[in-house]
Amino acid sequence: MLADERLRSSKAAAGRRRWETLAESLIEAAIRFCGVSAILFVFGIFFFVFREGAGILPKLDLVQFLFSPAWYPTSVSNVRYGVLALIIGSLSVTSLAMVIAVPFGLGAAVFVSEFCGQRARETLKVVIELLAAIPSVVWGFIGISVMNPLIQHVFSVPVGLNVLNGALLLALMSVPIIVSIGEDALKAVPDSYREASMALGATRWETVRRVLLPAAKNGLLAAVLLGVGRAIGETMAVLMATGHSINIPKSVFDPVRTLTATIAAELGEASSGSPHYQVLFVIGILLFSITFVVNVTADIVVKGLRK
Amino acid sequence: MALVLVVPLILIVSHLVIEALPLLSWDFLTTNPTAGMRKGGVWSALLGTIWLVGVSLAVAAPIGVLAAVYLNEYARDNWLTRIIHLAVVNLAGVPSIVHALFGLGAFVIFARFGRSILAASLTLAVMTLPVIIASTKEALAAVPRSFREACWNVGATRWQTIRGIVLPNSISGILTGVILQVSRAAGETAPIMFTGAVFFKRIEAGNLFAYGIRDQCMALSMHLYTVTTQVPDVPHALPYAIAVVLLGTTLLVNATSIALRVYLRSRKKW
Repeated sequence: MLADERLRSSKAAAGRRRWETLAESLIEAAIRFCGVSAILFVFGIFFFVFREGAGILPKLDLVQFLFSPAWYPTSVSNVRYGVLALIIGSLSVTSLAMVIAVPFGLGAAVFVSEFCGQRARETLKVVIELLAAIPSVVWGFIGISVMNPLIQHVFSVPVGLNVLNGALLLALMSVPIIVSIGEDALKAVPDSYREASMALGATRWETVRRVLLPAAKNGLLAAVLLGVGRAIGETMAVLMATGHSINIPKSVFDPVRTLTATIAAELGEASSGSPHYQVLFVIGILLFSITFVVNVTADIVVKGLRK
Repeated sequence: MALVLVVPLILIVSHLVIEALPLLSWDFLTTNPTAGMRKGGVWSALLGTIWLVGVSLAVAAPIGVLAAVYLNEYARDNWLTRIIHLAVVNLAGVPSIVHALFGLGAFVIFARFGRSILAASLTLAVMTLPVIIASTKEALAAVPRSFREACWNVGATRWQTIRGIVLPNSISGILTGVILQVSRAAGETAPIMFTGAVFFKRIEAGNLFAYGIRDQCMALSMHLYTVTTQVPDVPHALPYAIAVVLLGTTLLVNATSIALRVYLRSRKKW
């Protein structure tokens, strides 16, 4: 009787163990699958965007697409799909944003990492995080409601929705990225570098300029690149603040239209499957490729730093 | 330099709040927009945002956490891990409007979900996945290796170690990342514009389940865009009030995450 019971319980234990082994291998399979899911999603993004846009590719003259400023996607007699003005629109806003954001961003990174005390640093990092958390549509609204009248007033121009407005917003949006990645890069410089420099009699500023900046230059470059990636891909803020006019800007007070804003503004009107709709997906592929290159470059630059 | 960061944040937030003051009230949150979105509150948009964020969280959190477990606990340092890492970095850098195109092509058209909360939430989930993976991975890496070794030494399997030791000891960090995902998903406009969010939809006020998963919905971010750019003759304070509600939601969520992190770091025993 006792032996019988013991047998039964050991059988139950064996069954339970088998079940646990099975459950564990199932869970491990799930974990492995989720592990590679990021790869699947990146390919999925490329595949599905490509799939929707592929129909127009044979008919699209690539040279004209990239180098013609004529974008008349809905014209009845003279349809033109040239994105040069849109590319220059994106580039002008992004580069002006970087001209503003890089000095401030890197300056703030140096300050946070080298010159300020523990308490100030924690506070600043919280502020930076909150700044990064402001949704882009709110930035766009700020562009319309605050920056627009401000630019009109300060520079006495008739319209404040232009390159400058978009660039100011993008600068504010990309500064948090530049600061946090840049600070990481500066923190990665060993303290012995600082000590050696100080021991030679260098001042704090000399140490920053001659020792830390050169030592951290890869990380700082990556920080700037990630800021660029963020700025090029930004949609809502530039859609609302740059003034919706497709032309090659001659000054920072000209309105422009970026690649991202064009998709956002026109996809709703283009009927599904039409050439116009497909061309917007081709612009998506172009954007995806640009940010892909920028991000991979930034990653390689950072890896170079670790070696 | 640092003032350059602090001053705009304070100026912007206070300007928005001051302009919005005449409209801000509890009623503004709980009543529907009326008169062609020129009067009334934001209930239908607020509820839509809650639904979108909730569904996307339910999808992205498990996948993201498990992916991070794989990367931190299972993966060796080889080419596959390197590619996964690159994929995560890229996924984080894909422009939001490209996510919108992907969601439209994959979920709305290919999977035949139509323009719906489901399709929009899945798009948001893919978009926020890298945030969850990165922060969870950091949280897992912060658990000392000796904890795991002790557990293996008493005969626990890999998964038992993860479930019994690694996850309980890093749950706070994981939560922080998940909360950050919530704030990011709540603020996004572009990815939901063409996958499920609409300018206007009439729903019953006060009913939390007024939307179904296959319905289209309104969203706070989209509502702010619409009211600012598409609706003429809007009362001055209305877009400010919508912006404050949206900003309040995301900043509140973020502040919670930051506070949680600070509190848990102070309590950490190792």
